[in-house]
Amino acid sequence: MNFDDTPAEAAFRAEVRAWIAANAPTELKTALESAGFGSLDMKGVDPMAASKAWQKKKADAGWACLHWPKDYGGRGATPIERVIWGQEEAPYGALGGIFIIGHGMCGPTMMAFASEDQKRRYLPPLAAGEEIWCQLFSEPAGGSDLAGLRTRAEPATDGSGDWIINGQKIWTSGAHYSDMAILITRTDPTVPKHKGLTMFFLSMKTPGIEIRPIKQANGQSGFNEVYFTDVRIPDAQRLGAVGDGWKVSLTTLMNERLSIGSGMSTGFPELFELCCRIETENGLAVDDPAVRSKLATWAVRTTGLKYTGFRALSALSRGETPGPENSIGKLVAGPTMQEIAMFAEDLQAQAGVISDPEIATANGRFQAMLLRSPATRVEGGTDEILRNIIAERVLGLPADIRVDKDVPFNKIPTSARN
Amino acid sequence: MNFEFSDDQKQMAAEARRFLAAKCPTTVVRAVLDHGLPYDQALWVGLAEMGFLGVVIPEAYGGLGLGYLELCVIAEEMGRALAPVPFSSSVFLATEFLLAAGSDAQKAAWLPRLASGGAIGTFAHAERAGAVTPKAIQLSAADGRLTGAKTAVPDGGVADFAIVTARPAGGSDARGVSLFLVDLGQPGVTRTTLQTIDPSRGHARLEFNDAVAEPLGAPGEGWSILEQVLDRAAVLTAFEQIGGADRALEMARDYALERMAFGRPIGSFQAIKHMLADMYVSATLARSNGYYGAWALSTGAAELPEAAATARVSATQAFQHCAKNNIQVHGGMGFTWAFDCHLFYRRSNLLALNLGGQSQWEDKLIARLRARNAAA
Repeated sequence: MNFDDTPAEAAFRAEVRAWIAANAPTELKTALESAGFGSLDMKGVDPMAASKAWQKKKADAGWACLHWPKDYGGRGATPIERVIWGQEEAPYGALGGIFIIGHGMCGPTMMAFASEDQKRRYLPPLAAGEEIWCQLFSEPAGGSDLAGLRTRAEPATDGSGDWIINGQKIWTSGAHYSDMAILITRTDPTVPKHKGLTMFFLSMKTPGIEIRPIKQANGQSGFNEVYFTDVRIPDAQRLGAVGDGWKVSLTTLMNERLSIGSGMSTGFPELFELCCRIETENGLAVDDPAVRSKLATWAVRTTGLKYTGFRALSALSRGETPGPENSIGKLVAGPTMQEIAMFAEDLQAQAGVISDPEIATANGRFQAMLLRSPATRVEGGTDEILRNIIAERVLGLPADIRVDKDVPFNKIPTSARN
Repeated sequence: MNFEFSDDQKQMAAEARRFLAAKCPTTVVRAVLDHGLPYDQALWVGLAEMGFLGVVIPEAYGGLGLGYLELCVIAEEMGRALAPVPFSSSVFLATEFLLAAGSDAQKAAWLPRLASGGAIGTFAHAERAGAVTPKAIQLSAADGRLTGAKTAVPDGGVADFAIVTARPAGGSDARGVSLFLVDLGQPGVTRTTLQTIDPSRGHARLEFNDAVAEPLGAPGEGWSILEQVLDRAAVLTAFEQIGGADRALEMARDYALERMAFGRPIGSFQAIKHMLADMYVSATLARSNGYYGAWALSTGAAELPEAAATARVSATQAFQHCAKNNIQVHGGMGFTWAFDCHLFYRRSNLLALNLGGQSQWEDKLIARLRARNAAA
């Protein structure tokens, strides 16, 4: 048992480290390290331009989307090499935030279902950050119950074979700056809900698309509503067979949970630092037994996640697939972060109300964490959906009984009141 | 990165699991519990024959001379089987005290007998209710003789010798605490078996009346030696707890799959599924933290104090969480004497107290993290 790289891994790490040292935008390092929670505020530098520039530089040198095949803009690297890259790239990895959905979810879906010509056309610019992608999945009526989505794709009546899209998506991260998207639609409402779905990809500049940012509960706007009015898509932009959209979406979502679950922060180091300098009635907070008990609980959750990750890395390092234990990441990190934020606020007492980063304790980090953490427990699978996944896929418990399972979609009740 | 047990170590775990499945089904645990036996002697002899009592004892002293990773995987299997034997007292504590501070003569006298199962050793520390702090040690030592009492001593009723904390009369600081090795077979020692929350593991009160004692380690070094040994024992106990937690989770999962209510398996209800998912989360975090402790213990890393407290706190949480929810999933049947759920519940709460309670370990963990941060 050790934490050491194999000789091959060490050589790869050295190569990565040297390239990053010679090429990374070091002038942004301090700003990136102290960036606020849930936003990339770099005071004067346009985050979009900085992100695109770094991604392009990486792509030109063969360091973008390491796990993708070289033909599509990647490096054909092993999973463990991808992890080593991520470890070495920090803190510049924060510049990759706007590409996560494209690289982690849309790319793999295109890789699995697009034609060869399409892959060669779309994947390299996606890898290089020249085109940003988003995923048009969630809807007002289809969040956790994604297959309940209602956006319609119908064959055009002009015999062109095109599809006409009408409906509405919601919670689309980055729709307002995306160039391309993958889109799941309902093509047949007369069959049970999972069977009438079809996946497409399209340009976000296609006529008939309207994007409206959502003002979130924390005041920021990372998500959007996207409206479709008679949007026309050629049949060549269909991914998978008509009616196979659910199967295609599972490819995307599996990748979503992999990307989101890895390396999540709980806020513990920041809280510990705060407790070492904030006073309570009994002296420093960190010396108070009641505080220590809470800190210990969060400390072992944080290290537990870290070492669970190390176990997964060990499996990758041996060329094996990591076990199911990695599925706990977001389920532990999300609620922990929220608890930590609330406790950090409690320690600050009345002054904890101040969120202005110029004045607030720890630059307002805990206030931002407090206001952002509810979203962490919902996005990419709610805590409850994640518990279902662990119960069903890891522990082998029966799936929930679904009253809408064999009912044609257009016969499923949509209101609790008749 | 190789943060995993080796194939050889996994094979050793599998061997221990096969052995315990054959020699220690829960009927064996139950027999000790039902009949007020101190431990299961046949199992103890079998464990000695397998070499499991002397895993880390050097070959020169009759042990296997293997490392702590091997001992960790065996500890996990012992916890899973709820083995009703003085394993933790003899192996995690008495052996570790001798290895850490014993003289050559003491090692030669006791280690071969510990490895063969011919002698049982234990650690006698607590004197009254409450956290055992230096000032709580009042057992008096004078001229190689001990007078006073220790309470809730694990395996105190059957141990051949005990490592005992004591001090010259009157003091209260850590520097006054010394360790003594005491033969419990002498007339100056009176043992009283105690009724406990987990009768599958024996406990006793030990009264010392001018009992002959030989020093273990230097005078006044007792507290610092015991802190080191408790850290080592904490990692090993964490594996015992991890094994118990995993088994309790499996029992709950299996019952949820077979028990029908309202026309469906209860494991199809989200209230039950989510409870089980949370148990899986606790058990997984504890296992990963345990690996960290095992790494630190096996390599003698400077991080051991922090890693041991981390493993301990996490494993205590997980075993208590899984054992109590195992009863909850079983409903009324879980509260019957006939079902095994209470065996795990009892053991989880016993292990949470042996070596000091959860709040003490939480306190140690944060104190150690603080010290490291201050040093950095």
